[in-house]
Amino acid sequence: MDFINQHIQEIYFVIFCVFIGIEVISNVPAILHTPLMSGANAISGVILVGAIIVMLRVPEDDYLNLTLGGIAVFLGTLNISGGFFVTGRMLKMFSPKK
Amino acid sequence: MYAIIEVGYLIATLSFLGGLKFMSSPKKAKTGNLIAAMGMVLAVVLTFVAALTATVPYTNLIIMLLAIAIGTVIGKRLSDKVEMTGMPQLVSLFNATGGGCAMLLGLMEANQMDPATTILGNKILLIAGLITGAVALTGSIIAEQKLAGKVKDRRSKTVIFSARILLGLMLVLPVLYFFGIIPISFIAFMYVLATIAMIYGVLFVLPIGGADMPVVISLLNSITGIATAFAGFVYGNKAMIAGGIFVGAAGILLTLLMCKAMNRSLLKVLAGTFKKSKNGAV
Repeated sequence: MDFINQHIQEIYFVIFCVFIGIEVISNVPAILHTPLMSGANAISGVILVGAIIVMLRVPEDDYLNLTLGGIAVFLGTLNISGGFFVTGRMLKMFSPKK
Repeated sequence: MYAIIEVGYLIATLSFLGGLKFMSSPKKAKTGNLIAAMGMVLAVVLTFVAALTATVPYTNLIIMLLAIAIGTVIGKRLSDKVEMTGMPQLVSLFNATGGGCAMLLGLMEANQMDPATTILGNKILLIAGLITGAVALTGSIIAEQKLAGKVKDRRSKTVIFSARILLGLMLVLPVLYFFGIIPISFIAFMYVLATIAMIYGVLFVLPIGGADMPVVISLLNSITGIATAFAGFVYGNKAMIAGGIFVGAAGILLTLLMCKAMNRSLLKVLAGTFKKSKNGAV
């Protein structure tokens, strides 16, 4: 119960986000399904922010967590950069008149 | 300073939203991609700026900067090299990295926190993030291998049955744990769950036909989004929650749209009834 009391704002926020997320892409044409999937994938790379937040708190001599965190940051960055670059390349194919 | 960072996260959130919106129309899609990418860079930079005001050990900063530099270069390389036909594989692979990041995050947080003082809600969120991340990680890797033709479908009863058992375990074990029935430390428990979830990810994708992989990738993508949202909840970071939930909601909708386009129901794609439905469709 404490948890719900503390996080009621976030809970509202999540519910609104669900509806906005559905609303925003509800009219996407089939041709754009793959780029949209790729783009959404890149956006989910925002997990990198979390990885950085944790990394900042790890003590300097905690080698296990430093290693895990390094890998996590690397993976998150790979998700973001790869995701957006691939989406960009896919969308190039859509440019009119070429 | 604090206000600036919060506003920055707000702008990042809006940019994700705008990016997704623009990406659903062919003309504006490129702009949308660019907007979302800039929002992402903003969010990452802000996180660093927020850190610089605190005292952060140099080792951590160096490791992070190195990891980000290497990740960016490799991501760019991979996406430049890939053939047009290989793109879905690559998307799946990148999705796996996102899931892996979420899983590691859960493990690190469990390593660091004090189990006695952490409230139950946060533990549940951590577990949820860990499981979803781990499933997305291995599931996406198998999906990628299948698209590349390296892994064949295995639709035997054993695989389907053990997948269901593992799914049940993932739901039941945390409940048992919180009632104090499983006498191990929280960290050890997290590692056990991560292992189970990773095996489940493999078994979950193995029986699904190669032609259905785009649907599965979309679904796994949305699972990664949800994992991100769980993590965002733990840190109270609105940009993470919003980004994760947008991806989660959009991903599930996209999955359903793709199923519709193929004239099959999602349950049929996922369940073991593949053979029947295939004969029916043909």
